[in-house]
Amino acid sequence: MISDPFAATEHNRVASGLSRRHRTGKIWQAIFFSATVIGLVALVALLWTVLDKSFSYVAIEYKVDPATLSSKPLQELTNAELVNLLEANLSKNRFRTLDRKQTLTERTHADLLTLIYDNIVEPRALASYSMSQWIASSQEIRAEVAEKYPDAKLEFRAWINGDFLIDPLSGDPLLVGVRTALMGSLFLILITIAVAFPVGVGSAIYLEEYADKNKWYNRIIQTNIDNLAGVPSIVYGILGLAIFVRTLAPLTSGALFGNADANGRTILSAGLTMALLILPVLIINSQEAIRAVPNSLRQASYGLGATKWQTIWNHVLPQALPGILTGTILAVSRAIGETAPLIIVGAATFITSDPTGPFSKFTALPIQIYNWTTRPQEVYRNIAAAGILVLLISLLTLNAAAILLRNRFSRQHA
Amino acid sequence: MTTQTNENNIIIQANDLSIYYGSFRAVKNVNLGIQRNKITAIIGPSGCGKSTVLRAFNRMNDFVQSAHNDGKILFHGQDIYAPEVDPVQVRQMIGMVFQKPNPFPKSIYENIAWGARINGYKGNMDELVENTLQAAALWDEVKDNLKKSALALSGGQQQRLCIARALAVKPEIILMDEPCSALDPIATLKIEDLMRELSVKYSIIIVTHNMQQAARASDLTAFFTMDEDRAGLMVEYGETSQIFTRPKDKRTEDYITGRFG
Amino acid sequence: MASMEITQNINQSSAQNISTRLRRQTRIGENLIQGFLFLCGMISIFTTIGIVFELGKESLLFFSTPEVKLIEFFTTTTWQPSIGKFGVLPLVNSTLMTTIFAMLIALPLGLAAAIYLSEYASHKARSILKPILEILAGIPTVVYGYFALTFMTPLLRGIFGEDNVQIYNTLSAGLVMGIMILPLVSSMSEDALSAVPRSLRDAAYGLGATRLETAIKIVLPAALSGIIAAFIIGISRAIGETMIVAVAAGSGPAFTFNPFKGAETMTGYIARISGGDLAYDTPDYNSIFAIGLLLFGITLILNIVSRRLVAKYREVYE
Repeated sequence: MISDPFAATEHNRVASGLSRRHRTGKIWQAIFFSATVIGLVALVALLWTVLDKSFSYVAIEYKVDPATLSSKPLQELTNAELVNLLEANLSKNRFRTLDRKQTLTERTHADLLTLIYDNIVEPRALASYSMSQWIASSQEIRAEVAEKYPDAKLEFRAWINGDFLIDPLSGDPLLVGVRTALMGSLFLILITIAVAFPVGVGSAIYLEEYADKNKWYNRIIQTNIDNLAGVPSIVYGILGLAIFVRTLAPLTSGALFGNADANGRTILSAGLTMALLILPVLIINSQEAIRAVPNSLRQASYGLGATKWQTIWNHVLPQALPGILTGTILAVSRAIGETAPLIIVGAATFITSDPTGPFSKFTALPIQIYNWTTRPQEVYRNIAAAGILVLLISLLTLNAAAILLRNRFSRQHA
Repeated sequence: MTTQTNENNIIIQANDLSIYYGSFRAVKNVNLGIQRNKITAIIGPSGCGKSTVLRAFNRMNDFVQSAHNDGKILFHGQDIYAPEVDPVQVRQMIGMVFQKPNPFPKSIYENIAWGARINGYKGNMDELVENTLQAAALWDEVKDNLKKSALALSGGQQQRLCIARALAVKPEIILMDEPCSALDPIATLKIEDLMRELSVKYSIIIVTHNMQQAARASDLTAFFTMDEDRAGLMVEYGETSQIFTRPKDKRTEDYITGRFG
Repeated sequence: MASMEITQNINQSSAQNISTRLRRQTRIGENLIQGFLFLCGMISIFTTIGIVFELGKESLLFFSTPEVKLIEFFTTTTWQPSIGKFGVLPLVNSTLMTTIFAMLIALPLGLAAAIYLSEYASHKARSILKPILEILAGIPTVVYGYFALTFMTPLLRGIFGEDNVQIYNTLSAGLVMGIMILPLVSSMSEDALSAVPRSLRDAAYGLGATRLETAIKIVLPAALSGIIAAFIIGISRAIGETMIVAVAAGSGPAFTFNPFKGAETMTGYIARISGGDLAYDTPDYNSIFAIGLLLFGITLILNIVSRRLVAKYREVYE
């Protein structure tokens, strides 16, 4: 056969066609692989951008150079010495005003330092250069700063630091912190969970354990939930604005509870809006967890003469709980990063006091990130980057918790 | 009725029972009187509706949304499908053991105590747990590990735990749906011995695939098969010895001699 | 008879009281709980009714203001409420542009990634690559907005020239949106590909097909409805996405097809208007409901179509 010339060419033709087909296959495999890796590249680029901007060299101009105020570094001075400094460098009126707000001698060391910085030193950030810019061209940057801002000093600054976490919001980029926004996000999420968790799990139990799927209204409920899961978050924001902020203002502003001069743009309105937003996802996740409970368990319970609720409460829910919690955490972490609905229901962009209750005005971490990002000054990009790091780390912690929970759950059932 | 039964000795009785799944008739016109303190085996080829009939006896079919019945099931003369009857109460009095052991993922102790507790048992729980475990011939094996998870037990032990769990609710009838099909021969033998002991106090109905088991362990046997329209029906019912040695119906004979199924 | 009764179990009831014991009990707690659970389920219905009612009501108010004409709303190309021009096309146009740019990234890359993960990747590669895509999917959109403005825009300006590319432009926002949607498209497409039974692949291999030929000519067509569903969901997500465009696409409606220019999208407009001091019952206030209704309608239709398609392939293979 092989010696037959015709067969040989035929054989060669097939062989060469085959190698061509394999080559095409290899090329496409590489293309498919690259497409997948682009996700990784994007993630790296994103994280790198954020980290790069979280550390920068800042050109700072001082009204009074702190080094000239005292022979010792300010941090090492006693409270009394700091008060003296204030008295020496401020006008009598200004000093008295500060003293009247809160007696200066009773203030903490940190407080006094802040006062000195705010009122005497008055640093101003004029320009900011991210780590990568600095490394690439530190000489040029030095020259530029020397030329443009002759009085400024170039200082390295890690924008993400301890003070950033515990300081309240501030109009001064060098003093700004995220505590107010973090507390706002925390309050918001607590309200969201308090509303969405019971309602979401309740809906899931109803749909999985009670609802007769042949009944038209139960099918509508299910379809409706699936559709709601795809509604853009901004639409929920508009709904929240119309219902919670406006129509239910007497309730959400706290006016019914004697809270005067208030409007509906409160943390409660935002929390309720967020609860509606995550409900569909929470319900769908909980339904899956409940569906995964083996039927034999329900039968065992019913076989002993248990009622429906006894069966659900004692057997189905404990078994489904890890799955429900995992699903809830994932839904909640979506709510933590949501920004658009909060803009619509009127989160404040600038507010320096922590929320005190459900009727407080509030801001939230993603709102501040948005706000900082849209500011024209470069320093605010640095602050936004630090804010993003705080947000991403919070989300990572939550998701790690969810994964741990899921693993523990699957081990239990292995 | 193919056997001569004392009417007063019947604890539960299916009268002209047909069971449907939607429009499909799964079982038709069953007349079956279960005798008190006897072990009654239901045998027959797969798909003949034996499990369906068993589950009708304590209304477990209620959970199949499309299932409904014709005819009656009289428990002490009371139709358990009458509108005023509470299925939960029915299941308290007629317990069930399932094909695959299905203990709760809780401790051995809790597995037994839970059923008694929800049914309002107010007595000494430790005592009840010990008594029922003893009745289920499991006490000696687990008495030192009552707090251990029931899932750590072997398959046979789990099934005996499920029996003990059913006993703790103090039922009158225990329904067993192929209780040994997931067990090895030694565990199977233990369950059969246990059934014999339990039949002194309880009436037992067991569905089984295994003809030897029916022959060994039961007092009475009902043979089910499938009609041309795929509906299950009862062919013959009588003393186990009679069914296995002198079947009256040709179909029974074919089945037990292995010519069918 | 007498001996029978003696041997009987002590807790066996006599025939007389059996009907009492079996009598249906009223379990108020059980009924209350079931009622509560049903109410929980109904909340999602109320949500939908709330959305439709509020959006509809305020939209009616919007269209009943004298300056607004329904036909002009859908046909004219100037959106300037301050001078009474309400033509929605500039907003719709930039929404479409960002969506198209996003899809140019998300569709090919998402599908290619799905094919790689489903047909090629070893277990180990999957266990590394899939979580990365999941992390990408979990990053808040405001962070993507930041990424667009501080990474993508400078990159585009570096490539195409600072004079050509404005700081705010629809291309940057669209491309980053594509990265954001990529994981969604790839995971839904992968689900669809994995649902194709092994036997079909085996049949193709058995006929001498290479892995690529099997993936492209056999598996892909079999999973087509699921993949289209993924595409549609991706489009719906892009249309409804707010933060990326609010940060990076520009604020100010502009009717332009130039991808390097800033142009406000529908969502960007809603975010900007409601972010300021918004007085109730003004045309501004009502307009966000009208645009919201448009947005809701479009995404709802896309989602329904997508779910139908998913249901179709599930019906075939599961």
